[in-house]
Amino acid sequence: MSLTALLPILALLSSLLAAVVIFALPESSHRLRTLVNLLAAVLKLGIVAAMTWGVFRGVDFSVSFSMLPGVSFMLRADALAMLFAGLSAVLWLLTTIYAVGYLEDSPNRSRFFGFFSLCVASTMGIALAGNLFTFFLFYEMLTLSTYPLVVHRGTARALQAGRNYIIYTLGGGVVLLLGIAWLHGLAGDLAFRETGHFQSVDPALHGQLTLVFVLLVAGLGVKAGMFPVHGWLPQAMVAPAPVSALLHAVAVVKAGAFGIVRVVYDIFGIDFAYRQGLLEPLAWLAAFTVLYGSLRALWQLDLKRRLAFSTISQVSYIILGVTLFGPLGTVGGLVHLLHQGIMKITLFFCAGNYAETLGVHRVDELDGAGARMPATSIAFTAAALGMIGVPPLAGFVTKWTLGAGALAAQMEWVVLVLLLSSLLNAAYFLPIVYRLWFLPVAAPWPEERRWGRLETNAWLFWPPLVTMLLLVLVGLLAPTAFSPLSWAQLIAVRMYLP
Amino acid sequence: MSPDLLYALAGVGLCGIGLAGFLLLDHLLRRLLAFNLLGSGVFLVLVGLAQHRGGPDPVPQALVLTGIVVAIAATALAIVLIRRYFHLTGRTSLADAGDGQS
Amino acid sequence: MAGLLFTPLAWAALSLLLDFRRGRWLSWLGMLIQVLVSLSLWFAVAGGGGFFYALAGWEAPLGIALRVDGLAVSFVLLTAAVATACGVHAGVYLDPGKSWQRYFWPLFWFLWAGLNGVWLGADLFNLYVGLELISLAAVGLVALGGEAAALRAALRYLFAALLGSLAYLLGVALLYGQFGTLSLTGIAGVVGATEPAAALALLLMLAGLALKTALFPLHGWLPPAHGIAKSPVSALLSGLVVKASFYIAARLWLELGDRLGSQLLAQGLGALGAAAVLWGSWRAFRQPYLKQVVAYSSVAQIGYLFLLFPLTYAVAEPVSRLAQQGITLQVISHALAKAAMFLAAGNLILSVRSKRVDALGGVSHFLPFSLFSFGLAGVSLMGMPPTGGFAAKWLLLQASLASGQWWWIAVLLLGGVLAAAYVFRIYRASFLEDSVSDDFYHPPKTLEAIPMILALLALGLGLVAEPVLSVLALPFEVAAGVTAVQP
Repeated sequence: MSLTALLPILALLSSLLAAVVIFALPESSHRLRTLVNLLAAVLKLGIVAAMTWGVFRGVDFSVSFSMLPGVSFMLRADALAMLFAGLSAVLWLLTTIYAVGYLEDSPNRSRFFGFFSLCVASTMGIALAGNLFTFFLFYEMLTLSTYPLVVHRGTARALQAGRNYIIYTLGGGVVLLLGIAWLHGLAGDLAFRETGHFQSVDPALHGQLTLVFVLLVAGLGVKAGMFPVHGWLPQAMVAPAPVSALLHAVAVVKAGAFGIVRVVYDIFGIDFAYRQGLLEPLAWLAAFTVLYGSLRALWQLDLKRRLAFSTISQVSYIILGVTLFGPLGTVGGLVHLLHQGIMKITLFFCAGNYAETLGVHRVDELDGAGARMPATSIAFTAAALGMIGVPPLAGFVTKWTLGAGALAAQMEWVVLVLLLSSLLNAAYFLPIVYRLWFLPVAAPWPEERRWGRLETNAWLFWPPLVTMLLLVLVGLLAPTAFSPLSWAQLIAVRMYLP
Repeated sequence: MSPDLLYALAGVGLCGIGLAGFLLLDHLLRRLLAFNLLGSGVFLVLVGLAQHRGGPDPVPQALVLTGIVVAIAATALAIVLIRRYFHLTGRTSLADAGDGQS
Repeated sequence: MAGLLFTPLAWAALSLLLDFRRGRWLSWLGMLIQVLVSLSLWFAVAGGGGFFYALAGWEAPLGIALRVDGLAVSFVLLTAAVATACGVHAGVYLDPGKSWQRYFWPLFWFLWAGLNGVWLGADLFNLYVGLELISLAAVGLVALGGEAAALRAALRYLFAALLGSLAYLLGVALLYGQFGTLSLTGIAGVVGATEPAAALALLLMLAGLALKTALFPLHGWLPPAHGIAKSPVSALLSGLVVKASFYIAARLWLELGDRLGSQLLAQGLGALGAAAVLWGSWRAFRQPYLKQVVAYSSVAQIGYLFLLFPLTYAVAEPVSRLAQQGITLQVISHALAKAAMFLAAGNLILSVRSKRVDALGGVSHFLPFSLFSFGLAGVSLMGMPPTGGFAAKWLLLQASLASGQWWWIAVLLLGGVLAAAYVFRIYRASFLEDSVSDDFYHPPKTLEAIPMILALLALGLGLVAEPVLSVLALPFEVAAGVTAVQP
């Protein structure tokens, strides 16, 4: 087997094997487990970096075998795949570090890290899937492997949240499966292809294809947290902070959004979707979700719930970008996939730090926390400003590109939505920032163990700072050749017919 | 109507009686007897119908012989179970005495 | 070849003379040999195609003719795998101190012999003998232990099984009276389109077999019997025994159904299957006892099998093939997954010392391995990728779409959701950490490893479905010329 076929498999196996090893390790061998976790994460990062470099130079990484009559299992690394794979590989490493610190001295760590690795393996599979069938395979695997993480704490509330999570995501999976099976019956095994498959299709099939499109987007929309099937996301915030951070801010919702990107561009083709008028209703729905999420976020007092509604809103930016016909809109959507991930994970890391170090879960308890935890608070402030879209941070780049894309697609109302949403972002983030830095401490912070010179456990301290650095860098360096923005441009130009 | 067909029809009649008994009776031993009646009916049909096709045919005889052995085995097993069941519960029917799942 | 049928009988006779412990050693040896023989036969057929085999040179109808095709050897191999797993598990699980346990091994081997007889049997009467052997052994296994409840379940099972067998035998008698042959292929060769007697015979046989397969609404005997038997026995019964009668029904249908069946019969059987899927899943969701959940899940999973009838009747050849492949995968993956599930459930019950679902709280700390096996098996039952259950569901979906019978799609999808409901109910119960009790028993490692292996096999089946299906499809007709079928 050649290296080009081996690397995608290795990228998957690195976390799959880690999961197996971790499950096999006894609960008490914490050091060994941490070592396995970190090794696997670093290894995966290396593999993904090597593949990204290869894809940039035009190497075709792919492997496939026939799984069922007429259906093949196919892994293939294209530029879009690497965008998502790169994001999850980087953030997995950071979140693993974070999780080790966060779960110190808590029970069931073997189970936690085992399923955590399985989740990452699924995410990697989603990124590298070469056709819709393989995508679905890993998409459902992600559903199953996140459940034990959501209910990790085993409280009645966690179990309730887990139940809702499963009802939503399995329901979405069923709809998705129906769509995929139907499409398979119509058109056979469809590999992802940059310009889609239906540029010249029998007009008699248009009706059925439209229905299939609706089914696929509806199924994927559940994980992407689109209105009205977003209900699981805020509830799932009972999970431990690293789970919220990596899975609910990055892996799960992004899997849904990434799936929609794949369906629109690589299955139907943006031209076909545009000509069939499929994009417009999706754009309205996405715009509504953007505003709805922000509005709901305003009223949440629980910090993590506020972040969750913010996620609902922000993920729909990606979908909004997809629906803007024209390369600029596409670039905006794709780059937000990455930028939003970095910003949101920073916010969740910080929220976890406040909860773990100060025992603070609510927004109105954060008064004056900036003085007690300056580094965390700086990271939080930077990410919040990024979310609002303050130049030159990551969020500004995407909002600017999206706006330009909207104008190019002659959908001026989208600009209005973007502005309104930014105002709302400011309205629910700035009060927190204000509380952090400018209000006096209400009650003395609880006496906690000493962390040495740092304001919190070192495992918790560094990850948000690193992601903060990233979110500043991707914004500042956006015009350079290796920024996510340039990478998204590279992808986008291939998606439109010459 | 040839006598062979008559046998077969008699077999069908036995089957009917046996089936009725099997479904309607509660007493375990009676049900078992009904089963045996049903079985005999089937054997009669098997032999009778086949002879009807022209001359004696040894195959059904051999089959029925095997069938009888099977039926004896089944009856024996059933009797053992019924007896044991009767000893343990004092009942002669399976009618529900509270749901027996555990 | 003959060894597959007769050595189990020899093991049965030998183990009858021994006590449980010595019988165990003998049986473990026997299992090893059976697995090896089954494997080599499988490879022989995979390499060289299937054939007819007349035992000891006696031709049918007096002798025992065997048809050895890809499907049959695959099921022989499946039986070897599942039965060995259950046998090893039982050897550790059952308490050797109880005197009646020594009867486990003879019954176990009789069951195995009967199963192999059914998979390989080529004429209708031998299939009947095989079926009866299976039923009697299975009833004996259920009654093992001898409590009143077990006896009741066993008696109900026995009566249902006997009635089913006789209905089948009556059908055989009618067919023999009509055509003068017992060979299935022989009958298929001469049967015409409108023969009411033959159609009645088919109906009788299908009805009898449906009763033995526990098709809704004839499933009443299954949950008590499967629920109350010892876990390894339940695993055998759910995994293999019900499949034997379905296998015969499927072979009858595929050979004769296109001429003797009707659209009404096909759709009717499919509808009963659909009702079984929904009703069984719903009942499984409501059961308070862990093993009853698993048993009702069997009722539901068996329902899927009956979609074979509508999806192969009066449809294009490729669609029919898709449906057959889907059903075959469903049989295999359900056998593996359900055996895994029953064995894992047995471990969980041993561990928490209660059979109730709500006693499972906190078991995810103490027995994560068995719970994980249970979960993996559940994933296959739900039909989630990449398991064998999913591969089966996918093929059936495609067959439904291609034949235009879209109403089965709803059944397939809804069935998956309902399966998820009852499987996740178990997870939910076991993840709960309110009632933290430390009083857990740790079963031996062997007991924990076996369900995991079976569950992994069910999982892996989905990934290698294509090569497996290619062996299953190997027709025995290739080498069928060696035996002339005489009418």
